[in-house]
Amino acid sequence: MRVLLALIALALAAPLAAQDSLPPAPYAYQQLEDPELEAQATELMHTLRCLKCQSQSIADSDAPMAGDMRHQVRTRIAAGEDPEDIRAWLIQRYGDYVSYQPRVTAATWPLFAIPLALLVIVFFILRGRFARRSKGAGE
Amino acid sequence: MIAEFGLVALWLAAALAGLQLVAGFFGMREGGEQVAALARPAALVQALLCGLSFLALIYLFATTDLSVKLVAANSHSAKPMIFKLAGTWGNHEGSMLLWITVMALAGGLIAALERRLPERTMLATLGAQGFLALGFYAFILFTSNPFERLPLPPVEGNGLNPLLQDIGQAFHPPNLYVGYVGLSVAFSFVVGALLTRQVTPEFARVMRPWVLGAWVFLTIGITAGSYWAYYELGWGGWWFWDPVENAALMPWLAATALLHSVSVLAARDALRAWTVMLGVVAFSMSMVGTFLVRSGILTSVHAFAVDPERGSFILMLLALYIGGALVLFATRAGTVAEGERFSILSREGALVVNNVALSAILGIVLLGTLYPLLTEAFDVRVSVGPPYFNPVAAIFFLPMLVVLAIGPLLRWRGDSFARIRIPVIILAAIAVVTLLAVWLLADIDLLPLLGLALAAMVAVGSVLPLRGRSLRRLPIAVWGMVIAHLGVAVALFGMAADTAFQQERLVAASVGDVIEDGPWQVELRSVKPVAGPNWTAIEADLGLTYKGAPAGEAKPQARSFWSPPTETSEVALVTRWNGQLYAALGNQAEDGRWQLRLWWKPFVTWIWYGGLLIALGGVLSIIGRVSGDLRRRVAARKIADRKADEEALAAGAGA
Repeated sequence: MRVLLALIALALAAPLAAQDSLPPAPYAYQQLEDPELEAQATELMHTLRCLKCQSQSIADSDAPMAGDMRHQVRTRIAAGEDPEDIRAWLIQRYGDYVSYQPRVTAATWPLFAIPLALLVIVFFILRGRFARRSKGAGE
Repeated sequence: MIAEFGLVALWLAAALAGLQLVAGFFGMREGGEQVAALARPAALVQALLCGLSFLALIYLFATTDLSVKLVAANSHSAKPMIFKLAGTWGNHEGSMLLWITVMALAGGLIAALERRLPERTMLATLGAQGFLALGFYAFILFTSNPFERLPLPPVEGNGLNPLLQDIGQAFHPPNLYVGYVGLSVAFSFVVGALLTRQVTPEFARVMRPWVLGAWVFLTIGITAGSYWAYYELGWGGWWFWDPVENAALMPWLAATALLHSVSVLAARDALRAWTVMLGVVAFSMSMVGTFLVRSGILTSVHAFAVDPERGSFILMLLALYIGGALVLFATRAGTVAEGERFSILSREGALVVNNVALSAILGIVLLGTLYPLLTEAFDVRVSVGPPYFNPVAAIFFLPMLVVLAIGPLLRWRGDSFARIRIPVIILAAIAVVTLLAVWLLADIDLLPLLGLALAAMVAVGSVLPLRGRSLRRLPIAVWGMVIAHLGVAVALFGMAADTAFQQERLVAASVGDVIEDGPWQVELRSVKPVAGPNWTAIEADLGLTYKGAPAGEAKPQARSFWSPPTETSEVALVTRWNGQLYAALGNQAEDGRWQLRLWWKPFVTWIWYGGLLIALGGVLSIIGRVSGDLRRRVAARKIADRKADEEALAAGAGA
């Protein structure tokens, strides 16, 4: 039942946080009680970019903005939101730049097409090299 | 005076690089014997002058000559001497001078010592080396003069940033540069061999120590850089797929592929065109890395576009050298025969798979690193990070590991599956059993799960080549291979174990609180202020218990430097054989509690032990190859001497 209580508490997170004398974003530096939800939150945080840092995720940064975003992520996860919905919400707010996991869009499709092409090329290089070889050996 | 002396020496060295270029390329033609004689001396004197120029800059930093712009901007009279010296290359101009100095010294070394290749090939190689060097001299002299004077010297220097006074930071860049530049020598050998159509096993043997050496330095550089980020950033991460990390990883991937294919060429006279191609790619990746780090393009594409002088210069050099080499390759590829043939079930076959997989991973890292820069130029900002790199690279990396475990068991040229059936079955069983056991006992993600299984398989597979051989008589180079492959398994195990089993605790704690983290119990005993020479800090005193037994203490700090004002987190690491406890102290909350971050990271240190093992394997390989080569040369000379003696005797008897 603690989960339920936590959920109710979290629904009222903002005013409660103000009463409790913790800093304005208590979940910036604290984990969620439920390890499963915390694991979800951690996994998501590692794939979100800290917009104020150079190449760090929000899970790897002391920047205040990263702390705020961690708080947002944990609060929303605790409220039962799906991680991918949170990502979508953040992308809507900050743009694609915030997510380390590129989406397939008109601007990013080569990121996915080129590795597939590489796979095909690798297959043909190996086949070409060794198919000819075994024929050659057979002659 | 010293500054002017350094600049003059640099100009003269550049002129000698030009002479080396002319002497090399004209000397290799028919009738060019006279200029040809100049190529080696030009390389030697160039190395001397460039070395003097670099010493001059070191002297200026050591004496803190503030009339020199670079010193004034980056040094300070109150810095400890070691950091004054390291400050020489801790900035753009100085680091480029270091780059060209290493290159000149390497050129001097091959000019002085290397006599195994046909002289024409050597001339072409030296010419190519001169051509490369000339571009970098031009870059320094026209865009990044380190010896520029200030009209009005300031009273004190500007460079007391304590964050840059780090012994790791002092030796990291030179280490990586030696790696980058070693690949430039391989590149020059490739150009020389292509120009004179001498892509032979002998060429591979001459090139191999340079590739291995560069690779060892790159390996150490990446390992050290990863550990530095781990303890410095304060959040326990050890690899971020950051463009700066990728800039070092890409040449490493290419060099890894190259050193394997060069071994095939040396041993079996196969994979000629492929080796030559990789030689070009490896140095190209060094240049791409330098471009990424040195042009400022990573901070912002737009800032780069506004002030593109340096970046576009490197880009131009890049296009010139890579383009030139590729054109040369295209025109000569037809004449470089493919070399000896082999079947897929052979040592060469396994090495081809290794090469193709490494090249594919290289392609993916290059794509993922450059693509965001490309879209940013069109005002579309995207991020490519771990969720992209990890799975996409794994598609090629995991099969490669399987081949790594089996490949060394295969014979050259062709083998039968029946001969290696038993070890292969054992290896497969180890992988499957590990996979099932971990899967049943622990609930972890797919990639770390596969990582653990393959680490077990590779660990056993890497030592199997020792089976049935006399360990004392085993060639050193084989030991090198075994240890490097074992290092791959060790590092992979560390990565997978840490990813799968690390335990994180982020808490707000009061003095007296006890926090559980995995097998550890951490008691916050006290928090008190401490002071250092140029900082103050809050230090937490943590009493530790590991599985119920006292296990010492840890003292993480939150430090504040005052000039310039900077906050850093000094983490406390408690190392055991099976992992590390990682503790960091954050701010104080309004209610008086302290933010503590604790991670129990099982086997995380094995990542860097593995990296060091890989480097050690490389060192052993160099020792084995070079000593074998020297022995062969001494033996050849003895035979030649004896022959000469016998002839002299015969001639004497005849008279």
